[in-house]
Amino acid sequence: MSAPPATQIVGDLSGLPDSDSGPRHLVWWGNLGFMLIEGTGFALAIAAALFLWSRAPAWPPPGDAPPALLWSGLLTLGLFASGLPNGWVKRRALAKDAAGVRRGVLAMTVIGLALLAVRGFEIAALTPRWDKDAYGSAIWMLMLLHTSHILTDWGDTAVQAAWLYTHSIGDDQFADVEDNCNYWSFVIWAWVPLYAVVYWLPRLG
Amino acid sequence: MTERLAASWADPPGLKGFLFTVDHKRIAGRYIVTAMAMMALAGLLALDMRWQLSLPGMRRMGPQLFNESFALHGSTMLFLVSVPVMEAMALWLVPLMLGQRNMAFPRLSAFSYWLYLGGVLMLWVPHALGITPDLGWFEYPPLSGPGYSPGHRADIWAQMITFTEVAALAASVNVSVTILKLRPPGMTLPRMPLFLWAMLVASLMTIFALPAVMLATSMLIADRLVGTQFFAPAAGGDVLLFQHMFWFFGHPEVYIIFVPAVGFVSTIVETFCRRPVFGYPAMVLSILAIGTLAFGLWVHHMFAVGLPRLGNDFYTAASMTIALPAGLQIFCWIATIAGGRVRLALPMLWVLAFIVTFVIGGLTGVMTAAAPLDLQLTDTYFVVAHFHYVLVGGAIFPLLGAFTYWYPKATGRMLGERLGRLAFAAIVGGFNLGFFPMHILGLWGMPRRVYTYGPEMGWGPLNLLATFGSTVAVGGGLLFVANALWSLWRGLPAGANPWGAATLEWATASPPPAPSFAMVPVVDSLTPLWPGDAPLRVMTGLRDDRRELLVTSVVEALPLYRQKSPGPSAWPLVAALAVSVLFLGSIFTPWALIWGAVPVAVALTFWFWPHRPRARHGPLAARR
Repeated sequence: MSAPPATQIVGDLSGLPDSDSGPRHLVWWGNLGFMLIEGTGFALAIAAALFLWSRAPAWPPPGDAPPALLWSGLLTLGLFASGLPNGWVKRRALAKDAAGVRRGVLAMTVIGLALLAVRGFEIAALTPRWDKDAYGSAIWMLMLLHTSHILTDWGDTAVQAAWLYTHSIGDDQFADVEDNCNYWSFVIWAWVPLYAVVYWLPRLG
Repeated sequence: MTERLAASWADPPGLKGFLFTVDHKRIAGRYIVTAMAMMALAGLLALDMRWQLSLPGMRRMGPQLFNESFALHGSTMLFLVSVPVMEAMALWLVPLMLGQRNMAFPRLSAFSYWLYLGGVLMLWVPHALGITPDLGWFEYPPLSGPGYSPGHRADIWAQMITFTEVAALAASVNVSVTILKLRPPGMTLPRMPLFLWAMLVASLMTIFALPAVMLATSMLIADRLVGTQFFAPAAGGDVLLFQHMFWFFGHPEVYIIFVPAVGFVSTIVETFCRRPVFGYPAMVLSILAIGTLAFGLWVHHMFAVGLPRLGNDFYTAASMTIALPAGLQIFCWIATIAGGRVRLALPMLWVLAFIVTFVIGGLTGVMTAAAPLDLQLTDTYFVVAHFHYVLVGGAIFPLLGAFTYWYPKATGRMLGERLGRLAFAAIVGGFNLGFFPMHILGLWGMPRRVYTYGPEMGWGPLNLLATFGSTVAVGGGLLFVANALWSLWRGLPAGANPWGAATLEWATASPPPAPSFAMVPVVDSLTPLWPGDAPLRVMTGLRDDRRELLVTSVVEALPLYRQKSPGPSAWPLVAALAVSVLFLGSIFTPWALIWGAVPVAVALTFWFWPHRPRARHGPLAARR
């Protein structure tokens, strides 16, 4: 039977800060982990759509029109434009500017809501239905995946805005705002391959 | 350890503490016990099936009950035992081996367990009600599609997967971030114990593999519930899409189970040979190689479906390639054993059984990797023998070795050696007696998944032998459990480091107190507790009046900041319940995805709501 080993104190950690930002922060890595999971999900859903496309004699099948470009084009432009205020909020978070992140996260909530409205019109215009053929199933799957993404990040942003306005903001919460901005960037960039597969693959001929 | 530190990390007493705890040791403990209970049930199912097959023309089971039995056995072993128990071992061990007080995300550990329990109930409660999945552990469409599987058996299987995979993904993110960001000062990546390398790679593999099966089963549920046509050839769908996605997950899953076992074996070999594992860089590189190659050979499960010839050739080559790093590891362990002072204690016996059994399984793996031979052997008992040798020999034997090795640390008592050796002999002997004859039965043409056979086939004697062997192995399993329970009560006191091991979990008391370590250890080698006479170097300065962890840099493990760590919380349990309602509801109506999301959002909001003073400026500031 043995006792725990004797110890020799070689340093003191009490002078360390109690938060940090960027990849030095623990939560940044957790956020990255969930982005990897969701990114893998997107990549596999795209691969599934491409698999069906490779097996289909025509894409879209005869009788189905390629999806309309108006609302999806507006959404794509809007998403990329939202990258600018999103980047600004992230810089305010890194500068630990409380008034800035409050205004910025609220603005991103409004922008997200507007984009969700555009996405609503986009989905309303999406043809054919998901149950008509595998082509329809594939494009609905990709659209629903990305929409659930916008929706969850919008919910997160809205709750964060409410919290920021009602509480005094600590360093960990500035890091949270930064993580939320990184996540929104992920939502923007994930849309690029999805947009290409849903809207332009059917137009390849 | 100060009283204040112990109080900061203590759980509330009674039921509240039980339900709300975020202590990784308690959560991992219940995870392991649940998985072991599942293994016992799956073992009894196996024995029942062996009983049915022991003689030609037995009538213990009809075809439907047999289908249900093997579907339940396979699904339980793969989804409710093998992967979860490895995650659970990581939840228990990783912080201890890092000299840390908890995981990176303690509430996520609790959430992971409750969702896993949801998966267990999802499969076994319907079974008790007579609604058992009956299409094997991979439920291919079109058989599992709306046309051929009315009712909810296939839905239950598919949604059980969603439960367990979300649980495993949550655990994997937690484990990988803990390993990357919570290492003690001095534990640079090249000084990380092989077990941590193995768990890091297994967790990353989980992150990249499990979304595939979740997507595939979600598409299956969509085909069944809202009439999508993913797997319906008449409407442009393709049934092979399911197989590709399933095996893109399914093959890495084999290694997600095996790679943690590599970690167990390396740790045990190091301790009982009294020397660091031979070829540490080669071991790390081969773990990384397995983690990468495992994603490039899923098609070898589909050689018989009629893929292009060139594809079969490529996947044959890729499948054989993975034998190289696996073989390299075996040689490194053998070299360590050959060059060390070997002590044949119980954990080491399990390692030796692992090496022999896994090599046999690996060799039959190389055989079935060849497409032409696989075409002959697929869906025969040869394959049943092969994957049991790989999974039981390659993962369960190391797991049982790991139990015996860390049992003193977890309980403070030694596992009974004599009863342990008896259980070992019965399990290993019974296993080989039970499964080796199946190779021959398979070569003779006995197909898997048949509920009976005629006497004219000549398969009776070997089947009887297989049943006898399985019975001995299950008896050994019962002895193993009895020994664990008996030793809990009557085992010899273990002390902090009964094996004279080298890694940090042995630097604290057995069982570890709630905060595990009073101070932060500092590491300057791969084996910080060897040589034993020098005092363990530590750092002070983490607060003892609240829960704090030390966060370090990813490569060099330099101290960065002190992270506040959350205490007991109801929200992981509430969130898991809300998610369970959503999952369960979405078997019956797609609208569950809408109304079910509301309680999930509410629970997550409370979970993540930071508790801070009210704002003193701005339009919504608190009135003074």
